[in-house]
This record gives sequence, C-alpha cells and structure tokens, in this order.
Amino acid sequence: MPGADKETDLSERIEAFLADLKRGGSGTGPLRGSGEMARETTALLRRITAQARWSSAGDLMEIIRNEGRRMTAAQPSETTVGNMVRRVLKIIREEYARSRGSSEETDQQESLHKLLTSGGLSEENFRQHFASLKANVIEAINELLTELEGTTDNIAMQALEHIHSNEVIMTIGRSRTVEAFLKDAARKRKFHVIVAECAPFCQGHEMATSLSKAGIETTVIADAAIFAVMSRVNKVIIGTQTVLANGGLRAVNGTHTLALAAKHHSTPLIVCAPMFKLSPQFPNEEEIFHKFVSPHEVLPFTEGEILSKVNVHCPVFDYVPPELITLFISNIGGNAPSYIYRLMSELYHPEDHEL
Amino acid sequence: MADCGEANGPERKNEIVRAKNEEKELTKEEKQRLRKEKKQQKKQKEKKDDKGSSEKSGREKTLDPLSASQVLSTQSPTQKVPASAPIPVPPSGAPSHSSGAPSHSSSGAPSPADKPAKSKAELKAERRARQEADRASKQQGSSSSSKTKAPASDLNPVVKRLPEHVQVDDPAVVKRLAKKLERQQTRPHSSAKKIPLRSDYGYKVSLFSHLHQYSRKAPLTQLLSIPSSVIHPSIVRLGLQYSQGIVTGSNARSVALLHAFKQVIMDYSTPPNEELSRDLVNKLKPYISFLNQCRPLSASMGNAIKYIKKEISNIPSQYKEEEAKTKLLECIDKYIDEKVVLAAKAISKYAIEKISDGDVILVYGCSSLVNHILCEAFDKNRKFRVIVVDSRPRLEGREALRRLVQIGISCTYVLISALSYVLPEVSKVFLGAHALLANGYVMSRVGTSQIALVARAFNVPVLVCCETYKFCERVQTDSFVSNELDDPDELMVTRKGKTQLEDWHDLSTLGLLNLVYDVTPPDFVDLVITDLGMIPCTSVPVVLRVKNVDQ
Repeated sequence: MPGADKETDLSERIEAFLADLKRGGSGTGPLRGSGEMARETTALLRRITAQARWSSAGDLMEIIRNEGRRMTAAQPSETTVGNMVRRVLKIIREEYARSRGSSEETDQQESLHKLLTSGGLSEENFRQHFASLKANVIEAINELLTELEGTTDNIAMQALEHIHSNEVIMTIGRSRTVEAFLKDAARKRKFHVIVAECAPFCQGHEMATSLSKAGIETTVIADAAIFAVMSRVNKVIIGTQTVLANGGLRAVNGTHTLALAAKHHSTPLIVCAPMFKLSPQFPNEEEIFHKFVSPHEVLPFTEGEILSKVNVHCPVFDYVPPELITLFISNIGGNAPSYIYRLMSELYHPEDHEL
Repeated sequence: MADCGEANGPERKNEIVRAKNEEKELTKEEKQRLRKEKKQQKKQKEKKDDKGSSEKSGREKTLDPLSASQVLSTQSPTQKVPASAPIPVPPSGAPSHSSGAPSHSSSGAPSPADKPAKSKAELKAERRARQEADRASKQQGSSSSSKTKAPASDLNPVVKRLPEHVQVDDPAVVKRLAKKLERQQTRPHSSAKKIPLRSDYGYKVSLFSHLHQYSRKAPLTQLLSIPSSVIHPSIVRLGLQYSQGIVTGSNARSVALLHAFKQVIMDYSTPPNEELSRDLVNKLKPYISFLNQCRPLSASMGNAIKYIKKEISNIPSQYKEEEAKTKLLECIDKYIDEKVVLAAKAISKYAIEKISDGDVILVYGCSSLVNHILCEAFDKNRKFRVIVVDSRPRLEGREALRRLVQIGISCTYVLISALSYVLPEVSKVFLGAHALLANGYVMSRVGTSQIALVARAFNVPVLVCCETYKFCERVQTDSFVSNELDDPDELMVTRKGKTQLEDWHDLSTLGLLNLVYDVTPPDFVDLVITDLGMIPCTSVPVVLRVKNVDQ
C-alpha cells in the first residue's frame, strides 16, 4: 500500500538521520557544520509534516516532539537539531492560531493573571482540524529553509560595518561564519588576522590556510601565546557552537581564555552566530554541558608507561559568560548579549523549551 | 672650614636677612658686591668639597656660581633681593654651609615659593651648569664617585646599550655584529676559523621583525669548519645542545654553561707575556658570542657569566697558573652550589609551608624548581594531587608528568585550552620563572601569563618560585620587545594523515609564530618564593639593590 511505503520510507530516513547524528558527534564521521545540520533537520521535519499521518495540529506537534526528543538524545551536544524542532513547533502554533483567526499576542504573554484565571492547558485548542493547515505549515517551513540558506551571507554582509583598515583581528579555531565574514571584509579592506590554533584538533590551521589563500595576512599562533599577543589586537571575532539563553556561549575550548584576555585589554569581543544557534538551554546543567572526546588526542598511546597512572581530560567546549561578550552579530543584525532573552521569546514558545 | 672669605660670609648673610626683614631693596652696587663675595665663597667651598662630600651637593655647589651670575643678571631690578638670594643658595646645599640656621631657614622658606619665578633662561643655565659639573666630576677621578655610587646611582641616568638580538631589523646593527664576530678570533687570522653568523629562516611576522628566527634543522655547528681552533669543543657541544633543545630550562642551561666553562678553564694555558686574568676573559668572549648565536642567552646565564668574568679579573697577579685555575674552579662550584642547589632547598622549605593536605595544585610545563618542590612535599607525606597543564608545540609538560608519576604523585594532564574546565577544582597554582624583571614582571615560558590571568579570574592563588640569581635588571611591559622566536615549522601538526600547514612557505600571506617567552604582570602574581624568603612581586628591585650593595 502506498501509505505504508511512505511511512516505512519516512521512518527509514529518520533512523538514518539518527544514526548519522550518533556517529557524527565523535568526530570520526565527516565533520558537518551546524548550518548543514540545521538544514537537514528542517528538511526532515518538513518531510514528516508532509508524509506522516495526522489530523490536527496537536497530533503533528506530538509527532514532531517525539522525533525531536529522539534526535536530541542521539547527540545532546548538537543543539541546532533541538532548536530547529522548536522553531517548527512554533511555526505550527502560529499557523494554527492564524487559521483560527485569533491574535498572537494573547497566547504569547504568560501573565500571572492569565495563569491564575485560565488554569487549564492551552493544548486543548490544538484539536481543531483545518484543511489548509498542512499546506501553510509546509510553506512556512520552506521559508525557514530559505532563511537558513542565507544566514552566512547575511552575516558576511555586515562585515564592512565592523572592520576598519589596518586592524589586527584575532580568532580561534575554525568557524565557517567567521571565515565568510572576514573574507567579505577583505575584498575592500586590508587587515591582519591572528588565528589561535586551538589544540588538540588544531582546526585553526585550516582556517589560516583558507584565509591566507584569500589574500588576508594571517599568522598562526599556539594557544599558549593568546595573552602574549592580545595587547596588539584590535578586535576579537569568534564563532560559537551554541548561544545560551542567558547570552553566554558554549564555544570551542580555549574561548574562555581568549575572552578573559580580551576583557583584560578592553578589546571588544564579537560573536558571529546565526539565529539557529540560539538555544533555550542554561549553562547550569552540568551533565549535558560538557562533551569529552578520546584523550588520546591529548596524551597519545605512545606515552604508554604513564598512561595508566594518569587522568587525562579532553573537553571540547568552554562556557563563556555573557559579561565578557561585547556584541552578537547574527543574520538579523547586531545585538547586545542582554537582548538575547527577547530574541528567544520571538523564536521559541516557552512551552517548547523542554521538548 | 673657616677662611677669610668665610668670615665675610656670615656677615653677608645677616645683611641679606636684615634687608629681607626690612623689605628694603639693595642698591645695584650692593648687589654686585654680594655676587662677587658669593662667587668667592663657592669657589673655596668647591676646592674643599672635592674629595669628601657627595657628588650631589658638589654638583649643586658648582651650579651656584654660574647660575648665580646668570640668575641675578637676568632678573628684573624690581624683583626683591630676598627672592634672588635663595636661588643661588639651594636648601639642600645649606647644611654644608658654614652659615648658621637663620640663613638656612630664610633661604629654605621662600625658595619653594620661588620656583615658579624661575625663568626659562635660569632653568637652561642650571641644566648647562649641571652638565659641566658632571664632566668636571668625571675628570676628578672615579674614586670619589665609586664610594658614593650606591646612593647616587639611582639618580644617574643609565644609558644601556640595547642587546643585538632585539635589533635584527636594523641593518647597521647586524653589520656591526658580523664585524664583531670576525674580530673575535685568536691569532693567526683565517677566514675559515671565525665564528659564523647564523641566518634567519622563514617568513617573520612583522610585529617581530626585530627578533631572530632560526630553524632547528640548520644548527650553527654545520657552518663551522673541523677542526675549529677558535672554539673549545665542549662549548661547541653545548651550543649544539642549546640550539637543538636538548638542554632546556634556565637552571639546566646555566649549570651546563658553568660546567663547560670549568672544562675550558682546565684546558686553558696562559700564553707567554700575558696575564691570566685578562687573557682568559678575552678567550671567553668568542665562546659567549658563539653560544649567543646558537640560542640567545638567558638572564640566569647572563648573571653567571658576569660572575665568572668578575672572578677572573679579580685573580691577583701573583697567583701561579695552577693556583688561579683551582681557585676559579672552586668559585664556579661554589656558585652552582649556593645559587642553584642550596637555593632550591631553601625555596622548597618555604614552599612546603604553603602546601596543605587535600590541595589540588596546578603546574605548567616543566620547571625543575617546581618539580623539586613537589617531590620534597610528597616525601614529607603531604597529601595532594597535581594537575599538569601543557601546551603545544613544546609539550614540556609530559616530562614533568613523567617525573611526578615516577615518584607516585597522582596527576591529571590537560592542554592549556582546557584550563577553564580544570580551574574550578584547583586550590593553588605553582609556576616557575625564567627571570624576574626589575619592574616586577615575571618572564617565563609562553602561556604562563595566560594561566595567571585565568587563575585570577577564578580566584585561585598564584605562587611563582624563582631563585635570586635569576633576578634581572631589565624592565619590560609586554612580550614583544624582547623575546625569542623558535623554529616556526614546529607548529605544524599531522592529524589523520594530513598536515594542513605543509606548504606554508608557499603562501606569502601566511606566517607562523612560535614564541618562547612571555611576561606576566605583577598583579596576577600573589607571591614570589625565593631563597631569601617569600616576597611580593614588587620587591624585586629591592632584592637587586641589596645584592648590588653586597657585591
């Protein structure tokens, strides 16, 4: 039966995606950027919307929420997956509300008065069936996809507003967003870039070769020299893995040191992060914040005799508190870290924070 | 000190005082008379104050006759005499005046208020007088100045010559060095026997174009001819060990240097018609240049060399060669024993007081002193564990890790980028130093300042351990002006079979920077443990001064 085929096809795709997520996290699979991950997730969610069986918005949200939970469980450190799920859930709510004809604002505001007087769940509202809901949701998801495709270009377009000529810019590790940002500015301005290599993965090397091939004067330094050269740096521009709900960052390890050094020298720290990296997580959840990879990157097996007597850690991420950050540059413009909470309320519904 | 000129002096002063008190203007003749008498007085005092008094008051006394004549001539006649009187009689010169208290107080009181009244010409005159006085005092011989060197030395402007290794971008300096290396050869001259000049390697980052950047794969010894009669073989071996990184760490380098010099002294024989004290110092000069070319000298090595040179030149001429040589060897052994071995024991004693049970101690890289402290503390049954932080490309922490694990201390090992992850559980940070600069900055392996910065952010105390022979008179505020650039190829790494930076030479816009040292500001350091005790970072110049006075 065609319906059953579609369903098995869909579940196959979901399983394949989950397996990919699990493998990709350890760094052995092909390293994919968060942008790609976001696009794939959204495409998969669109497929689920189109092919799964559901009759009302509530059903669809249930399905998506379940799949979302499985996906985030497969790779907790890949937060873009969860973010996209929450975005789609918000889209569904919006489309439902529009079909019903009610205004958005009243649903959003969780005022104390409303909580006490209404008492009941708003879930019940989602039981109504609308014929055009599916098409509307798919169209909205398509819009989201177009937005995702243009994020890097949007950020890169703002480069000239932030970089003047003869500047010394410092960055760490490899971020595709920052790479595009700097290359765009280099078309019109001449400046110097210092890249901290970010051991043990040394992704800074790739970044440096790519930037110097674009004609930018680049210097590679070891992580240990970050503070030593910081006095000559005019700006620090970094990318991040996630932007947390309090405006802090979960970025590659070494970023906290970089941020502290920049603060000591009063150098502005600019974070280039597209909106899909914004996550409603807070940094207090210790168990899921840190991710560790095999310590053989730090102390290789060739050091055999001492290996068994020594503890070796290789964390991947660092927490950077919002006080150390000057500016966030995203596809919707520049923002201060204190504004992040507001952006979050626009992107995600409060009830979706916990999937 | 009484003299015929002096007898008039008190009278003159009383007249001035009287005139001032009555607020009466002296006539022009009276002013001229005053001027002449003052000149006479000053000249007589100058002759007497030649040998005995301090340079400072002498300078200011010679200042007076010249300034007095010019001051009074340029002053407007309507200005009151009491205003002019204090200027040629500065308050600090007053104590050696024969005149008593009243003139001193009268000259003392109005002169501070008078300072704004001095015109530009007066200041210029004083400056000129001071310069002439300096020249005069220099001609008078060094004996008087050396006696009073200690209190007056901080006021003399110290004109130091910049070391060559921080002036690489100046072609004149490089040429001068090449000529100096040519000159430093023993007779007979021969172009094949001179010390070669090492050439820089690779693209240098523009911020560091004033420093040398050598390649490890091209050691200086390859350019030397065999047999090389200019340089002693143990020095050649030492230079090779330095440049290849076989001997690293400031203690190890200094001790190796001293042992090599012992060998040199043992093999040395005074040529006829030469004195050992002078010839040996000249012999050592090309060796030191050679070692400098292999790897720039560290502060501890510099201090050791100064000590040896001083000992050699202080050898009395009546000593026979054998006696002199044994004495020198003894001196070197004593230096090593005192400054390195015993200092380490003293520092461990102080440091162990700071280690308590249950501590988590963070160390960076491989410092022989810090390792020694930790081993001693472990022997005294303190319960602690250690976190060793390491950094690319040198990865010296692995050596420290091996030594600590061998003794049985429980260790954790991380790279410096994971510092923010481990610091919340650390109770103390122990750091070693390469040198302590006179303005309180700590010069150490690159990455130390970062550790101090992040430790400060997490409120973890930072203790620096350093022997006093590493204290250095230089001052530095950043890590750029005087540093060492290591071989840039060391930054390359091969991961998963791929070396990203393999062809960095082909990319003209790409540079690799491999710094060796950095400076830590004193506000990040909580305590410095030395063999003289536990001092704050800012007390380094006090220790230097005490050492200089002792010598």
